[in-house]
Amino acid sequence: MTSDSTLLVVAVYPAVLGTYGDAGNAAILTARARQHGLDVRLHVVEPFAPVPADGDVYLLGGSDDAAQSGAADALRAQGGLARAVDRGAAVFAVCAGFQLLGKSFPAGDRQVAGLGLLDADSRRLASRAVGELLIQPGVPSDLPELTGYENHASGTTLGPAAAPLGTVEMGIGNGDGVDGARQGRITATYLHGPALARNIVLADHVLQQVVGTLPALPYPPYADRLRAERIRAARSRADRPRAPLQELFEQIGRRSRRRRSRP
Amino acid sequence: MVALEVGRTANVMSRRFGLGDGTTIGGAAALALDPHLLAECSAGRSVVLVSGTNGKTTTTRMIAQIWGADRRVISNASGANLPAAHVVALASDPRAGAAVLEVDEGHLHAVCRAVRPSVVVMLNLTRDQLDRMSEVRHVAAEWRELASELTDQTVVVANTDDPMTVWAASAASRVVWVSAGQPWTLDSVLCPACGELLVRGGCDWSCGACGLRRPVADVALVDDHVVLPGHPDLPLRLGLPGRANRANAVVALGAATALGVAPELALSVVERVSSVGGRYGTVRVAGRSLRLLLAKNPAGWLETLELVGASTGPVVVGINARAADGRDTSWLWDVPFEQLRGRQVLAVGDRRVDLAVRLLYAEVDVRLVDDLDSELSTLENLGRPIDCALTYTAFQDLRRRAHDE
Repeated sequence: MTSDSTLLVVAVYPAVLGTYGDAGNAAILTARARQHGLDVRLHVVEPFAPVPADGDVYLLGGSDDAAQSGAADALRAQGGLARAVDRGAAVFAVCAGFQLLGKSFPAGDRQVAGLGLLDADSRRLASRAVGELLIQPGVPSDLPELTGYENHASGTTLGPAAAPLGTVEMGIGNGDGVDGARQGRITATYLHGPALARNIVLADHVLQQVVGTLPALPYPPYADRLRAERIRAARSRADRPRAPLQELFEQIGRRSRRRRSRP
Repeated sequence: MVALEVGRTANVMSRRFGLGDGTTIGGAAALALDPHLLAECSAGRSVVLVSGTNGKTTTTRMIAQIWGADRRVISNASGANLPAAHVVALASDPRAGAAVLEVDEGHLHAVCRAVRPSVVVMLNLTRDQLDRMSEVRHVAAEWRELASELTDQTVVVANTDDPMTVWAASAASRVVWVSAGQPWTLDSVLCPACGELLVRGGCDWSCGACGLRRPVADVALVDDHVVLPGHPDLPLRLGLPGRANRANAVVALGAATALGVAPELALSVVERVSSVGGRYGTVRVAGRSLRLLLAKNPAGWLETLELVGASTGPVVVGINARAADGRDTSWLWDVPFEQLRGRQVLAVGDRRVDLAVRLLYAEVDVRLVDDLDSELSTLENLGRPIDCALTYTAFQDLRRRAHDE
């Protein structure tokens, strides 16, 4: 906490680490903190201004490749995020944000160094992972099933110091059957949506990293209906058989839309 | 032309099975049989291609009307903008020597190769349907490659105010630069050429590291005037509302200069363009007048919010996420819906719950509506149309069941 016990939430370069609506996580986390009766201030760091080291929670979102490299370079050079993690700050990181916290990630044709705050390495997947993502947390767990939308070209392998956020029921996630990472007070995932809009309990989890156990609160309006709809949507894609003619036409459409995929 | 016959049969079958108006599927079937069909159908014709994230359909209509003043021009009027639909459009009128075609930005490269256009219009590139497009910069890189392949037989008309578009277009040998404005800047925070932070000041932008910068415009939109060297400023008095349409008009004027059409003549034509494909048109549903607005992505929403902000009373917002809309709705959180505070929003569409959650966090008064017709009939009649801002398939659905006014 800062000295006057206001929770300081730091959004790290959302203008470039926020391509998939992830900047919304900051608004959701802040509102949820207030709903818990906490005093909270949101500090948005524009690219690539210094990141303050005295924050309590840091949020990093997804981005395209160029922004990811630029952000990693700036964060490494300036060091505020690393100092904050060292002090015990919590981090919630999505997609490119997740990858750059690790030991290495792909940039163009090369593998470059990440911030080394997570025991994880990321590499290109054979094909881009796009679609509804449904995660089942391990048992026992403080988390419910987690729903989101993924859109990423690289996957992640966790080392022994990091545990996954959960196993993948629908979708790709990290690429080896699990999604995300938990290590110390860092929570990371491939869930967009944004993640906290669809999984408010994840916001509670991040806040509890800093302030300790919080009493359970009801879902904000429509949030539980949203969760239920999205989880149903994730499951129905696999289960729903396609009419053969419809499948044929969709295939023709897909053929005429196919583009060269990035390596 | 066996391929075309198969295509026409597929069109009919597609309509019979309720899979759409058949334009794209028929063409797709034909192209599957003969990939060179697009080149064959366009041979011997002058073709203008129009692409970009927002403004394609309206700008295509404007250019088609300008050029159509003195010749027979084909256009893909329905807005179907994939190569399959281009085949159908080009085959539809063998006597037309000219065509103005709207092209999906992910397909512009392939269509340019096949068609050898006289003019390629590059409007803007911003985030849209990222489940299909992955990264804006990937599309810009494809455009840059296509620009580098063009000969001096092709003129590119490009927006100076979008760094992504400038990076792409500057690889072409002949460019007409048009300053059409670009309020949405979040997809060009970093230089597309080298990745450094772009420096911005007013309308100007530049990269301190690699020298990519806003080019000097040949044609410029300044408030509601068109500025051309050697001409007095021309006032723009469009039939279509909003800044985005003024931007489309000035780009169309840029294309007109590339086609050798006098700006004053081109201006008089675009001023008469009204509702394209139902956009900005008024329809009647459940006894109420609705003004239909199409808004598909954050940049488009930025412009739509400005239009909607000029009125008062409830607003209908409809969000679908079918294939043609883009299947992910995370982008709703990039839209400054906070601008709708003080209005009541009626949330409709397949993804109205995603929208409702977004609007709640924006502190906007939102009402989740499962049945728009009965909701509309309960609204007080304020004597003016209710604004309805909708994503693509939601827009088409409402249009289909409304009655034109």
